[in-house]
Amino acid sequence: MPSIISDYNYWIYILLMMIGLYAMLAKNNLVKKVIGMSIFQTAIIIFYVSISAKEHATIPIIAHHGAAEAAIDVAHYANPLPHVLMLTAIVVSVGTLGVALALCLGIYRRYNSLEEDEIQEQLQ
Amino acid sequence: MSFAEQAPVLLVIIPLLSALLVNMVGLINRRYCLPVAVTGILGSLTASVITLIRVMENGVISYRLGGWPPPFGIEYVIDHLNGLVLVTISFVSLLAVIFSKESIKKELPEKIPQFYTLFVLLVTGLLGMTVTGDAFNLYVLLEISALTGYALIAMGDNRALVASFNYIILGTIGASFYLLGVGHLYIMTGSLNMGDLLTILPRLYTLNVVFIALLLILTGTWIKMAFFPMHGWLPNAYTYAPSAAGCLVAPLVTKVSVYIMIRIMLSVFSPLYVYNIAGLSETIVWMAVIAILSGSILALAQTDFKKMLTYLIVAEVGYMVGGAWLASSAGLTGAILHIVNDALMTLCLFIFAGIVIYKRGGHQLQDLAGLYKKMPVTMAAFTVGALSMIGVPPTAGFFSKWYLILGAIDAGRYHFMAALLFSSLVNAILFFRVIEIAYFEPKIDHHGGETENIVVDEAPLSMLVPLIIVALSLIVIGLYSGDIVTNIIQHSVPQGL
Repeated sequence: MPSIISDYNYWIYILLMMIGLYAMLAKNNLVKKVIGMSIFQTAIIIFYVSISAKEHATIPIIAHHGAAEAAIDVAHYANPLPHVLMLTAIVVSVGTLGVALALCLGIYRRYNSLEEDEIQEQLQ
Repeated sequence: MSFAEQAPVLLVIIPLLSALLVNMVGLINRRYCLPVAVTGILGSLTASVITLIRVMENGVISYRLGGWPPPFGIEYVIDHLNGLVLVTISFVSLLAVIFSKESIKKELPEKIPQFYTLFVLLVTGLLGMTVTGDAFNLYVLLEISALTGYALIAMGDNRALVASFNYIILGTIGASFYLLGVGHLYIMTGSLNMGDLLTILPRLYTLNVVFIALLLILTGTWIKMAFFPMHGWLPNAYTYAPSAAGCLVAPLVTKVSVYIMIRIMLSVFSPLYVYNIAGLSETIVWMAVIAILSGSILALAQTDFKKMLTYLIVAEVGYMVGGAWLASSAGLTGAILHIVNDALMTLCLFIFAGIVIYKRGGHQLQDLAGLYKKMPVTMAAFTVGALSMIGVPPTAGFFSKWYLILGAIDAGRYHFMAALLFSSLVNAILFFRVIEIAYFEPKIDHHGGETENIVVDEAPLSMLVPLIIVALSLIVIGLYSGDIVTNIIQHSVPQGL
């Protein structure tokens, strides 16, 4: 039990990931699949962001130019690297979302439906 | 600041900038798109060849982007393994872009600038994935090449949109698993640089989280390379893609994913960890056996020529994954050699399929009837590709299969050897069936009468030349495969596994 409470961020990301995965694989509507994909990617972004979150943390800066002893102690700042990485991952996931929605639009124009089974019927 | 010194970064930057330029000149006149794209890819081929030669002379090259030292900045690392893959990628994409000239004019006349922009961006992504020494940078480039791939495939005929949609869903799951695996490694080590990870990880080998990270990364790359149970997206996506896009995507994307798997195995985790501590070798070789068998059997069931080729790709991925996990030097050598050979063989067969679509308007097996008399040169080149797929010496396909079989014997995994032989047999049946249709059955005339005077009607030169070059290169690489192994591949394969 203690691990569930102290590591709750991991449980949340796993829960979100499973919701996204379920939507992507089990839903019939293409837009719902795309929403699932977005939840899935967001879960991983939350995972990265949460690993460097810290209570009462500050930003990693050197207060006085060049003086090493004036730098903020490592224990007091939040590691900015995962957050910066996730800026890139957000850009990637927005790109993926855009391409997926464009495909949905194209599919709707051609088959006049967004339901997977109806499209499969027309493809037969 | 010579060209040779900057070549590792130029081989990514040249196609990246030319993708931008293709888009801009496309606004002025769409006839300029192809020359710009060819120039860009030619530039990266030159840079890749120079880089490979420098690696062979002086050993591993480390290029620091912006001058930042490795664990902090992004580093490009080129050793013998990815030097070879880089040359393969740029060579294959050069031939594919030349082939695309007539095919695109016929299939997508109104989308020429968009097509070439995406085409060159995809090449950029693949080259970047291969050259980078940073695990997160690899993820970004993986997604760049995947996104352009989805869009290229979606430009195809009727069913391409749905196929591309399925690909985007599965491809995103794959890339996300990879990212998650890298995240687990980052939590444990605080580093994203592959060389740095290799030195930090040995202290953590006993931890479960390292094992989970390996599993996540492997699953991610397997989805991207269509390793058997995760192959669902591949056949439709590659079949219904425009033929020029198929010529780029089918030979390269799966092969680069295999390269990434090998790179992660050797340069992030070590051979000691992946083969001995993780204890996955036996399971994965069995999975590869199942992949080879199912890919071959599913290929037998197809009546569509292009779809048959896509199932053969699924089987070939099984060859490479199995070879890499045999835990023997010969097996790994075979897997690496097969990355090069399979890229060329697949290119040869897909260019041929593209020519058939151009001439006959379809890609069913029946569309091939009577082709030997109408297009003798095309069919000769196709026959070389088919023989290489079967594994007949002296074509390239024989030698990589030979190393894989040696590796299977070394490692005592006879079921893998049996699967390889079975797959060669199936390939022989498949391609002789194709050759029989193309050789003997004349195209049935609708008027009922026999058409006596068959006119030789070859494909346009811009399609024929890449096909002939790739067919010749299959023979040349076959003849020189001993040299390639001793001078290039041996340096990347850890000895004494």
